[in-house]
Amino acid sequence: MIAIVNYGMGNLFSIYNAMNRVGADPKIVIDPDGLKEADGIVIPGVGAFGSCMDQLSRFEGSLTQSFDEGVPMLGICIGMQVLFEESEENPGARGLGWIKGKVVRLPEGVMIPQMGWNSLTIKRPVEMLDGIYDGDMFYFVHSYYGRPTDRSVIAATTEHGVEVTAAVAKDNLFATQFHPEKSGAKGLRILENFVRFTRC
Amino acid sequence: MLARRIIPCLDCDLGVPGGRVVKGIEFKQIRYAGIPWELAGKYYEDGADEIVFLDITASHERRETMTSVIKKTSESVFVPLAVGGGIKSVKEAREVFNAGADKITVNTSALKRPQLITEISDKYGNQAVVLAIDAKRRYNLEDGRVIVQTPEGPCWFECSFYGGREFTGVDAISWARKAVSLGAGEILLTSMDRDGTYDGFDIPLTDAVAKSVRIPVIASGGCASPDHMLEVFQRTDASAALAASIFHFGEWNIADVKRYLKERGVNVRV
Repeated sequence: MIAIVNYGMGNLFSIYNAMNRVGADPKIVIDPDGLKEADGIVIPGVGAFGSCMDQLSRFEGSLTQSFDEGVPMLGICIGMQVLFEESEENPGARGLGWIKGKVVRLPEGVMIPQMGWNSLTIKRPVEMLDGIYDGDMFYFVHSYYGRPTDRSVIAATTEHGVEVTAAVAKDNLFATQFHPEKSGAKGLRILENFVRFTRC
Repeated sequence: MLARRIIPCLDCDLGVPGGRVVKGIEFKQIRYAGIPWELAGKYYEDGADEIVFLDITASHERRETMTSVIKKTSESVFVPLAVGGGIKSVKEAREVFNAGADKITVNTSALKRPQLITEISDKYGNQAVVLAIDAKRRYNLEDGRVIVQTPEGPCWFECSFYGGREFTGVDAISWARKAVSLGAGEILLTSMDRDGTYDGFDIPLTDAVAKSVRIPVIASGGCASPDHMLEVFQRTDASAALAASIFHFGEWNIADVKRYLKERGVNVRV
């Protein structure tokens, strides 16, 4: 079972339907205890960093435990940003801190939010990017992006005024700034990779 | 760099069970094109970057039909879905978002009550609010209008509402700017002079609006060929081109259109 954490931020239909499409057994989980039986956990997210963290805080203990136990995890969009320590969007709000570094605003002079299809540059051939190649396009909607202290966790980047972290990979954790559930066949491929990973 | 998007538009008549996609000519004559979720599925497979559903019947009783169309579509279509037609409140917007829409488009209701843009964007984010503008050229130059030079002479653009049936006196370019400050994240700009004519996009209109705002502008109205899309992308900063008839009636396949554009140097997702 793939648990999709429902912490009240945004509609989860898309990711639920996309997981169904790739043959997973998704379940929208509203209770932290529901994460215990999960073979994989998806942290979705829309909205602002601070309010996401407020809502997510009741899941923090369970999520950390699952992360430490090696359960495959997938963060999407704000669900990627909350993995960092903090964000310029809401100074003072604390993230999960599983990835060292800060979430910063896209530079002035480019369209903010970045909204649309942008191409990836693969930095590291991780399992989660099987079947994905340089130049493949994914759907982004965001105004901030994560800047990890240890740049070796970056799996892929995109270009929007600056080099923007598009995906990070660390141990059992994978996260994308783009929305794989809105990125057509290539996006579904990433979800398929994740599901395969949970079955190893 | 962000790709230019190709967006098929489904004008939906929800007065029949399950709804049906129709297409008007110059906002009037109607032709039947297919079943909404089936067409959406086909366009997704063909490589549509996003799909717009407009409820042309736009009455409250039919909102339920629209939400069921979106639910059904989002089971098998994995690109952004935008939905519009008759949404007048955050509550109505919520029904559509909860059915699986990523964005809602507003037109008449926002012209009548601009605050609606702010109310929806505060709750769902700027990226979720698309302001639809139906603009018509006016050659009677008046003070306080944004004048645009066109091959046919200088004109301003008047916003229409109620699906092109009534005019507002509102200047389209000023309205676009104001909507951005209210929280709109994107503009769906339809030329009423070109819609259904197959004469190509209104380039001066698209160029003027795209230069006036710093949010994405979707060009709409008049597209009959990939050449028209090429023209709008080469001559304006439009982020996307929207078309209906050329896809509905089998004249062009989205994949072929994108290949055509890519071969000519346009950055599109293929």
